Amino acid sequence: MSAVTSGLVRPLPELGPAAPLVLPPQAETVLPGGLTVVAIARRTAPLVELRLWVPMAAVDIAEGALLAQTLLSGTDARSATGIAVELQAAGGALDGGASPDRWLISGNCLASSLDRLLEILADVLDGALHPDYEVSVERERLAHRMRVVLSQPPNLARAELLRRVYGDHPYAVDTPAPERVDAVTAEDVRALHGQRMRPDGATLVLVGDLDPEEAVGLVSRRLGHWAGPGGPGEKILMPPAPRPAPGPLLLVDRPGAVQSSIRLALPASGRGHRDTAPLQLANLIFGGYFCSRWTENIREDKGYSYGPSSVIDHSLGGSAVMLSVNVATEVTAPALVETLYELGRIAALPPTSEEVEQARRYAIGSLSLSTATQAGLAGYAATLAGFGLRLDYLTAHAERLAAATVEDVHRAAMTYLGPGRAAAVVLGDVERVERGVGAVTATEVRRSPSEPRTT
Amino acid sequence: MTRVPSPEVVVPRTGYRIERFTLGNGLRVVLAPEPGSPVVGVAVVYGVGIRSEPEGRTGFAHLFEHLMFQGSANLEKFEHFRHVQGAGGTFNGSTHLDYTEYFQTVPANALERVLFLEADRMREPRLTPENLLNQIDVVKEEIRVNILNRPYGGFPWLRLPPVMFDTFPNAHDGYGSFADLEAAVIGDAEEFFDRHYACGNAVLSVTGGFAPEEARRMVERHFGDVPARPAPPRPDLSEPDLAETRRHSYVDEAAPTPAVAAAWRVPDPVADLAGYLPYVVLAEVLTDGVSSRLVERLVLKERLATGISGHTGFMGDAFDVLDPTALVLQLNLPSGGSAERALEVVDEEVERLAADGLTQEELARVQARMVALLLRDGDAVIGRGVRMAVLELQRGAPGLLNELPALLTSVTPGEIRAAASRLRPGRRASLEVVPGRDR
Repeated sequence: MSAVTSGLVRPLPELGPAAPLVLPPQAETVLPGGLTVVAIARRTAPLVELRLWVPMAAVDIAEGALLAQTLLSGTDARSATGIAVELQAAGGALDGGASPDRWLISGNCLASSLDRLLEILADVLDGALHPDYEVSVERERLAHRMRVVLSQPPNLARAELLRRVYGDHPYAVDTPAPERVDAVTAEDVRALHGQRMRPDGATLVLVGDLDPEEAVGLVSRRLGHWAGPGGPGEKILMPPAPRPAPGPLLLVDRPGAVQSSIRLALPASGRGHRDTAPLQLANLIFGGYFCSRWTENIREDKGYSYGPSSVIDHSLGGSAVMLSVNVATEVTAPALVETLYELGRIAALPPTSEEVEQARRYAIGSLSLSTATQAGLAGYAATLAGFGLRLDYLTAHAERLAAATVEDVHRAAMTYLGPGRAAAVVLGDVERVERGVGAVTATEVRRSPSEPRTT
Repeated sequence: MTRVPSPEVVVPRTGYRIERFTLGNGLRVVLAPEPGSPVVGVAVVYGVGIRSEPEGRTGFAHLFEHLMFQGSANLEKFEHFRHVQGAGGTFNGSTHLDYTEYFQTVPANALERVLFLEADRMREPRLTPENLLNQIDVVKEEIRVNILNRPYGGFPWLRLPPVMFDTFPNAHDGYGSFADLEAAVIGDAEEFFDRHYACGNAVLSVTGGFAPEEARRMVERHFGDVPARPAPPRPDLSEPDLAETRRHSYVDEAAPTPAVAAAWRVPDPVADLAGYLPYVVLAEVLTDGVSSRLVERLVLKERLATGISGHTGFMGDAFDVLDPTALVLQLNLPSGGSAERALEVVDEEVERLAADGLTQEELARVQARMVALLLRDGDAVIGRGVRMAVLELQRGAPGLLNELPALLTSVTPGEIRAAASRLRPGRRASLEVVPGRDR
């Protein structure tokens, strides 16, 4: 059957010696207002990447999102268009985003224009007016975007899963309902900016074609006067999130759907925990990369899905393993069976040492790959900074990955990945999938997607 | 092409060192070493794409791309994935209108291994009926998740070409119909490989942390004995410009709000790069950010749209596409929004630009941002590796990557004005998405 005819056997070249992860030069300071500044040199392109992480715990997600969306809508010194014009002339852009843990303001510009980017950033952090008209325009756009996001089955399925796992915790909603967005006033946004868009607890990361000490100096000059109202405030922490807990699978109806969206959540250990490196390897072997068992099973062997994914989500309030796969309606139950089977297999039986070695090389290699670009390094550094960590975490983590044994990986899989620990949601055509899914696991059916929760 | 950058912008240049050579079998090779980089990117691009598909085999170029990952002469199914990821790397492939790309990013110590993998499948992929049936199922799931089960699926990149074009290569659905995909047999795959996957129709690029002499020896060792086969003749894609406006609409049951896209033909990106560049810049003048012409008026002032984007090339691939192609605008509209009114305002703004022109200052800031984005895309070794490979494939000029910042900034206000004057309603193809609930 094979078309292979050449007969000549060619050996696979061995890998050369692996190079250790080399951390780039960096400088760090804390400004009088409490802002932590980290500048990292990565001179691969004449650009600078900027990330500002500002804690958002206890902020309503709709208000937080609209604040991020109107951050560039004008100050006493600059109109919205004026800000856009100046950014563009710097070859730059700034963009704000909100999630339950944080605001993340991301930007980049030509390295020669860094001072201008910082000047604009300082202006909007201190003086964004969030004017009524601009807020009304952006509110409509944001609500529209949320409507589009929540009309997509994969996102709806995720929203259902988050609600199921997190209940009343802020992590239950990471995409605000359009109706909630509509209800936010310009007054709300301005008040929120005054209270919570503050430097204490925030971290600014710069990565790129820069001298770290000079860059820190530039930031001190531009952002040194940024201060929260009334000096450093009380630190507001994200409350611990509930761990994913088992229960009947929730089957949510989407009549006529051509695919079912299957989502599962499992508990995970946090970044600092000793189980985290072994669990990362166990998750890779199960479903966390292309040559995982789950992908080989349901995609490459059975053709049920284009691409399953299993990732460990670390948030300030807790960590979880999130599984996601979209499958043709007619194979919903068999795909669920294979998913539960692979979770059971990784939990019940030790992986082979080849599987562990392959996952280990992938995990360690990924650290080099994902930090090889300015943007990748900036994203990593900002995320770590949000957890109070620095890039040396990567070196330590690489060492923990290197040290994990087959037994460690199996123990982590047994502790976290067993199918009996999973919270599960399926969004699909109930009429066509209920019998099959109900035969696989205890199921609870909801005929219509729930109204997005209002907080 | 000799052009003079405008004085307002300090254009940063990249000086990526580039070596190019051709093996005895006709395989073109581009090396861009960057000593000290911990990673390497390896890309192979073939001069075959959606527009090469035979009638009755829509979606075949993409299906075949999947088959290239299913094993080869010395590699079982799954081995390609395992050897790349097991070296700490990532891989992917992607099918475009005029080329198909395969690429890996790996820690620098895995370079030779990846060259071996690419050479093995260039020589002899394992084309088996089992793998074909399996990948037909996988591709159907890909289409379900990306197109059928999603609002605005394929809008406008798959939906607009059939409005603008009449011939099969330009107009057909590149993801393919389920009927065509299911009808594919292994003989089709063998024929497609023999015809299109010739080393004379391919370019290999290697970028990142390696020594060029050593890499060259590795390339010769692994690719040198790939049998020589010439590239097939290029398909004739030419079509006349539109003689009158074309307008279509369709109902998208899943879409919550309306949307509209519009496209105009542009000059040949390869044969007439100088004539094409002003359109690449014009798309950004119209749509890049709050200070752009269309966003400022349609989104901020009149609230006729909630989002606007614009680019040349249906897949946003300004420098990776052959003629015929287009400048494409996409507008997301609010609930109950009028596509007709939105397009009227587009026409007014384009006319105003054609009549009054723009200042050097307005143009210079748009160009500054374009240059920054171009450099940013090139910061990833594989980003510039794929780009250089395609520039070699289509133009024999991978070094154009170093020139593009200066070329983009050399476009003048007069050229933008002239380009705008060509975006007339009579040359426009447009497509409206009607939300299911508004029908």
